[in-house]
Amino acid sequence: MTRPPRHAVRPPAPPHGAGRVRALAATASTAKYLSLVLASLVVLIPLVVVLFASLKTHSEYNSTGPLTPPENWFNFHNFATAWTAGDMLRGFGNTTVILVISLTGTVFIGTLAAYAISRFVFPFKRVILGLFLVAALVPGVTTQVATYQIVKSMGLVNTSWSAIVLFMGTDIVSIYIFIQFMQSIPQSLDQAAMIDGAGRFTIYRKVILPLMKPAIATVVIIKGIAIYNEFYIPFLYLRSPDLSVISTALFRFKGPYGAQWETIAACTMIVIVPTVVIFLLLQRFIYNGITAGATK
Amino acid sequence: MTSQSTAVRPAVEAGRARRKILHSPWFYVAPALILLITFTYVPVGNMIWYSFHKWDGLDVTMDPVGLDNYVRVFTDEQYWRVFLISLYYFVASFAQIAIALYFAVVLSFSVRFKNLFKGILFFPYLLNGVAVGFVFLYLFQPDGTLDSLLSAVGLGEHTKLWLGDPDIANISLAGTSVWRFTGLNFVLFLGAIQSIPGEIYEAAEIDGANRWHQFRHIIVPGIRRIISLSFILAISGSLSVFEIPFIMTGGANGTRTFVVQAYQTAFQFRQIGLASAMAVVLLLIVLLITWIQRRVLPDEEVTLS
Repeated sequence: MTRPPRHAVRPPAPPHGAGRVRALAATASTAKYLSLVLASLVVLIPLVVVLFASLKTHSEYNSTGPLTPPENWFNFHNFATAWTAGDMLRGFGNTTVILVISLTGTVFIGTLAAYAISRFVFPFKRVILGLFLVAALVPGVTTQVATYQIVKSMGLVNTSWSAIVLFMGTDIVSIYIFIQFMQSIPQSLDQAAMIDGAGRFTIYRKVILPLMKPAIATVVIIKGIAIYNEFYIPFLYLRSPDLSVISTALFRFKGPYGAQWETIAACTMIVIVPTVVIFLLLQRFIYNGITAGATK
Repeated sequence: MTSQSTAVRPAVEAGRARRKILHSPWFYVAPALILLITFTYVPVGNMIWYSFHKWDGLDVTMDPVGLDNYVRVFTDEQYWRVFLISLYYFVASFAQIAIALYFAVVLSFSVRFKNLFKGILFFPYLLNGVAVGFVFLYLFQPDGTLDSLLSAVGLGEHTKLWLGDPDIANISLAGTSVWRFTGLNFVLFLGAIQSIPGEIYEAAEIDGANRWHQFRHIIVPGIRRIISLSFILAISGSLSVFEIPFIMTGGANGTRTFVVQAYQTAFQFRQIGLASAMAVVLLLIVLLITWIQRRVLPDEEVTLS
């Protein structure tokens, strides 16, 4: 195998500088930080300009460019308008209800199924596992046309239950995380409890469930973020304004407020801010959860 | 046991029956299985059935039309054109994977403010899709952020109708998609790189390997599995793009993707049969790609994609 030339990928050395090697290292390091700063700007500028817009008055918005910071950093007038016009309180309320019920459901349904699959010997176990696996390959958006007819026949369209059952029922990732984690809990714990006279359900509730806390936290975080951000399902099933979640409440601004960007910007910020707070508080868990959810 | 004793001691019997249920694995797996079958397998079955019919979703009768819906998906330009739109997102996902890989490698070695950069690069992935749509509508609008930035650096004559010009609109939208999803690939790659034991780098450094050698011969083979998984996700992801074009352009100016088209066919034009045929085609493509990937890399165990 031919080796690539020693400095093939490094930028050329500047004409001046102490030692050639040190100059090369310094240039590489500068290039590295430059790329990081550039990427950070690409991520942040689109968001920061929306923040600027959300704090401007209507006339200020019309007379200044997007890159100009607002005159008054404490002008929350647009936020007040957006909050009431978008009925954001209701949006957050509905999102919270759907979030809490579907997450509780997912945790119980998922851990129960994982318990059966990892602790019982029964016919068709491999078939069931296969059914979950194949379902993971079916992109949810493709089947929505047919799923809609089923949800409609159950009379759930335009009730929060449509979103709740779909969030509880279409999730294979969490069952996998639970199975993976449960396999790391030694079977001898179950057996010890069984010798003490505990039944299967008692073992699940008193032994397994408390030990599953880290996996439950992972699922709650990654699934919670996904539900908070979900647009397609609420848009399709929760048509009534009373049922809007934050995604659909925000989307409603598109029509009537099309020309009032400062209000839309404020509402966008209202939706983004909770994500920023959660991210800053739970950074480490979010990274771990995403990695576990996607690769295991 | 006689029937008399059953009547005498119903409580004990009931307790026994309850315990029996709690001992059955089916009690534990049933809720998940029922939801899985109701909301995944029954819809897939129905969808295939609908795809051979002409149906508006309301009428009690469905007219069987054989393969007509499929013929239309493949012959009517309006329907097959959406596959071409996926190519924009597919190409963009290569850029996404390359950018994510570069920053994952850079940030897995010692860098100042490592966690800050990590957080900034990952953050867009957590944002609400509608919010991202609005942020980029603002960015791309005439005299918006992008135009102002270009003027500020002296490229003022390059401003365009980023979302209004059919030649560029898809590139703008695919760019938005890169902005939104690079962070996910980045964190997955970073996690995989960190699972490579540190001693391997030390050994390589003693052998005189530079960063490029380390990347080429340690990192890339070490995270091969997650890279190949990313490509699979890129293909199925670019076929099922919905939110960004739907929110930002509503599918106008030649930006209608497969799912936007299927959504409009089903829910606006009430052609459930035709929309189902589109969905079946998409599903077959995704399954085919996954199958090919498993054949090409048989030793790679991809459990989730």
